[in-house]
Formats: sequence, C-alpha cells, structure tokens
Amino acid sequence: MIAPPPPSGPVPYNRDFALLLLTDMLRVRRMEEKSAELYGAGRIRGFLHLYIGEEAVAVGALHALQAHDNLVTTYREHAHALVRGMPMSAIMAEMYGRQEGCSQGRGGSMHLFDRTTRLFGGNAIVGAGLPVAVGLALADKMLRASRVTACFFGEGAVAEGAFHESMNLAALWRLPVLFCCENNRYAMGTALERSESQTDLCAKASSYGMPVLRVDGMDVVAVHEATLQAQARVRAGEGPLFVEYQTYRFRAHSMFDAELYRSREEVEQWKKCGPIHTYTARLKRQELLDEEAFLALDAQVAAEVDSAVVFAEAGSDETFESMMADVHTSGGLSR
Amino acid sequence: MSRRISYREALREGLREALLNDPRVLLMGEDVGRYGGTYAVSKGLLDEFGPDRIRDTPLSELAFVGAGIGAALGGLRPVVEVMTVNFSLLALDPIVNTAALYHHMSGGQFSVPLVIRMATGAGRQVAAQHSHSFEGWYAHIPGITILAPATVRDARYMLAPALSDPDPVLIFEHAALYNMEAELGDEEPVDIRSARLMRDGSDVALITYGGSLYKTLAAAEQLAMRGISAAVLDLRVLRPLDTGAIVALTRQCRRVVVVDEGWRSGSLAAEVMARIVEHAFYELDAPPARVCSEEVPVPYARHLEEAVLPQPEKIIAAVEALLGVSS
Repeated sequence: MIAPPPPSGPVPYNRDFALLLLTDMLRVRRMEEKSAELYGAGRIRGFLHLYIGEEAVAVGALHALQAHDNLVTTYREHAHALVRGMPMSAIMAEMYGRQEGCSQGRGGSMHLFDRTTRLFGGNAIVGAGLPVAVGLALADKMLRASRVTACFFGEGAVAEGAFHESMNLAALWRLPVLFCCENNRYAMGTALERSESQTDLCAKASSYGMPVLRVDGMDVVAVHEATLQAQARVRAGEGPLFVEYQTYRFRAHSMFDAELYRSREEVEQWKKCGPIHTYTARLKRQELLDEEAFLALDAQVAAEVDSAVVFAEAGSDETFESMMADVHTSGGLSR
Repeated sequence: MSRRISYREALREGLREALLNDPRVLLMGEDVGRYGGTYAVSKGLLDEFGPDRIRDTPLSELAFVGAGIGAALGGLRPVVEVMTVNFSLLALDPIVNTAALYHHMSGGQFSVPLVIRMATGAGRQVAAQHSHSFEGWYAHIPGITILAPATVRDARYMLAPALSDPDPVLIFEHAALYNMEAELGDEEPVDIRSARLMRDGSDVALITYGGSLYKTLAAAEQLAMRGISAAVLDLRVLRPLDTGAIVALTRQCRRVVVVDEGWRSGSLAAEVMARIVEHAFYELDAPPARVCSEEVPVPYARHLEEAVLPQPEKIIAAVEALLGVSS
C-alpha cells in the first residue's frame, strides 16, 4: 500500500491540549527507543514489540476516552498503558522483570495490567482480547454503568474466529464496545492482501450491522476527532462501533524480525508521514510551538525516560514464595 | 425433611438459588433459555429470571466463554454453560490462556470469578466426537479449580462454593447421571476441597470420580459378596486433588485401584497413582492398578462402547489380580 500524504490540516485545539498530544507521542517514542537500546544491552529480554510509527493512534484515541472506561489491548501496548496514565517507571520496571513493575515482573512487555486505570491487559494471543471486551461491556450494560470498553487489536486479528464471534455477539447484544483496529498492514510478516480475501476491514465489521469509521492513523488530530465521535455514539447506547486506524509500524515486528517481507523504500515512504514530525510541523506553522519549546519538551521527556530506567535498575526481584502464593486469589482456596 | 430428586433437578435448584441470592449471577450458553437447556437443567429459569440473566448465546464457544471472563472481570458472577466438554475445545484458549492466567500474570491485580459448567463422559451411544472425558486435561492447569459432582448432593450444593470462589471453577457433570435420583436433605452444604469416602473397607481402596462412581460402588458390592472388603473414595475435586484422603485410604487398604473414564495415558488416574507412589510407596502390598477407557475413539455400537469404558467387571478383575485371587 502506498503511504498516504503527510497529515497537514489545521490543529483545532488550544495550546495546552495540542501540546499534550505531542508530549504523549514523544513520551511513547522516547520510552520505546530506550527500550530497544536496553534490549540490545540485555537489560530487557523476551519479546519486545515496538509501537514506533503508530503513536498517533493510541494517543489520539485514548485522549478521547473517559477515565472510568475499560481498556483491553494487545502485546504491543506500551503506548496504551503509558497514555492511559501508568507511570513510565512501572512499565520500565515490568520490562526489567522487577517486582516494582505494574504486573510484579511476571508479565513483561506483553502483559501490562493496571487495575486503577482499568487496563485489563496486555493479551499476547491475537484476538483473545475481543471476547473479554465483549464481557466487560456486558457487565457494564447489565450493571448500568455508562462506560465504554475500548478494545485495541491489530488487523491480523480479523483472521481469527474470535474477531467474528465477538463482533457478532457485541452487535447482537448492542454492547458498548469500541473496536479499535490498528491496521499497520502486516500481521508479523504477512501483508493484509496475502492473508485476507476481503481486505476492506470496515466491510467485515459492517456485515455484523455495526457502524464503522476509517481514519488516517498517522494523523493524531484525525484519530482524536474520529474517536471522540465514535465513543460518544457507543456511550449513548447505540451499540458497538468499529474504527479502522490506518497506520504503519516503522520498526520490526519484534526484536527477532529480519524484515524480509517489505522493502526499505516502503518503510522510508511511510516515515514521511510519521505522526510526530508532521504534527510538530503543523504546530509550528500555527505558532503553537517553536523549535526552542520543542527541544525543551523533548528534554523533559528524556529526563522522564532516564528516571524510569534508574527506577527499573534499582528495582528488586520478587521472591519465589510470593510468586507461588499468587496462583489463586488470596482468600480463595489455598493450594 | 428428606426428599427424592434427580441430579438434573438438583443442578437446577442450585442455579435457581444462586440467581435468587445474588443479582450479579447470570447463566449464559447455547440453548439455556428458550430450549430449556440441552439436558433440561435450566428449564423454567427463563420465565422466572428473564432473558438478560438466562442468556441464550450463538454457537460461539470461544466468544461466550471469553465474554464470561470479561463479565466476571467487570463485576458479574457469570455461570457459563458449555453444552459438553467436547465443544469446550473451541474455548480452550480463553479458559487456559486467559481465565487461568490472569490473576497471576497481572501481579494479582485481577481475579476471574467465573464458573463454567459442562456435561462430560460417554455411555449414551453418541459416538466418538460426543463422548470425551477431558476433565483430567483441565486438571493439569494451575489457576483453575476442577469439580466433578457425582452425587445428587454435590450437584445441588457445589455451585454455591464455586460461585464464592474468586477464581475460575469448572464443573463437569457426567451426562449419564442427569436422570439419577437420590434422597436429599434440606440443607447439606458441601466443600469444594475434599474427597469423600463413599464406602469403607479394608482390603482394597477404589478411587474414582464422576460417572464411574456407580460402577465402582457396584463392583465393591459384588466384591463384598465374595468376602473382599473394598473402600470407595469419590474424589469430587480433581484440582486440587485431596492428596491427604488418597494417601490415608491407601495406607488403610494397602492396595489401590484407580477408576477413571479418561484415556489411560497421561490420565488423572496416572496423577493419582503418582501421588500414591510418592507418598505411600512402602505401605503398598502391590503396585497400584487402574481401570481407564481403552485408547480408541469411543465407538457408537453399544457392545463396543461398553467394552471400551470402565465397567464393574473390569474393576473386579483388577482387584482380583491385585489380591491374587480368581473368580
């Protein structure tokens, strides 16, 4: 697929909110760049899936939600956890396997959980979060909570039965689920057109009788506006809604990926519409930001990353005994 | 006041009580509502509790079991009925990868108070794809509790403690037991931790669960007529296993036969025998033995199906071999 033209429209926000979006995109970018570096240094192990290139999606979308909404995500979820309000230090400590991590070091990069921000994981089985999101929304509907459950998944998940079964169930029961499909064009190394007979993802969702939106996922403004509109409809009781965010991952699928399946030219072309530099340029054109302010912001973010690394380095290891005691909920059956 | 009710009625009473006592409880699954439940367990509940709480689902085991997990995370106390264990294979991912792991993997932040009920077992000539006994598989997995009610009392009273458990509980109802009737007292609460001695004895310990319980009790009765005193232990809870009760009865009888409708290799029977060997090896007078299903797909033809499954005659033969006697 050819990269879209770089986003260039006016930014319709006041300075504070406009800069908040930029700050969060930068926080995600710099945290992940540091994570990749730490992976190379052997401080972070296992799987590490970077979101670099896709920042506009999580940042624009999550700032359209309310604090009490539910969030279900995938194994590429550092951005979602951070933007939702999880401290960067808790994410970094988790990647280090420290007990100060958000999941006590048991989950690592792919399994970030946070009860306080209602982040229900961090699910590393493609498509597995969708039925869970349906159930969360069922609970909200039956308990008369005015929550929206935002469920993020990649376009690779649409090949799973879980996608189709969940779409059907959510639409059949008119549940308040916002299905957020991050279409980054590749399921690991398999391009959408090599895995789907129908590559129009919105057509698939439409077939379940739910409204759909397709958005330029490289444009944080477009993402935010579309998601604001979408969540309002879901919250109003119209039933589920499907949003396709068209985006692109600049880095490899994981740290083990040699990227044999796409050309360097394609990646470079997409980088031209990268979400951070195009948005920064727009802010400058509108005189909401100058280079000096940008550098100050970037330095502030770098300091946050540094202190998150210091926190993770200084973290401690969970004991074997406490790990074994937590297979079941305390107060439940003892084993 | 004691009364006579069926296993099916007992399950229904347990469900009805749970629905009456806690507004967060709902039952969902295929044909639980208008149809009245594949095994008629939920018959009448739709009229009493309405379609929100007696919720018919499409044939989407993966999604409605996963939705049960989400509903539990979201504050409800769902009871998900999977029609049979055979179809639960379509929901293995949410059960194993989500429900069982979430508490631990989230650093203890999230619990999944979900109950999943399903029919299990063979013996009704419904052929290979509808005759599995996979409860032993599920008992392999840390993070979930596995129950196998074999008695009307357990059918009636196991649901309440299962719903009180903050973590996932799977209940396996043997399909051959739904019509079974027994006397039941007014209030006989049960735990979901321990095995129960169904018949005491001194010569051999017969350890079993689920649908095999009655075949084992029949075998013990016939053995008694020949002067062999067989004790029968109903495991009831397949995970966690009541190792204490298994070992104590082994020490009492010094000979053990484990009866399990699952296939022999990697079976629950194998785990029970391993624990016996680990904890009571020097108190055994003979190697532990087992009667399991033959390792073939369960056939349709009646005589072949009977030949494949554990039967009283096979249990008696195993006991006689252990004791070195012949009939």
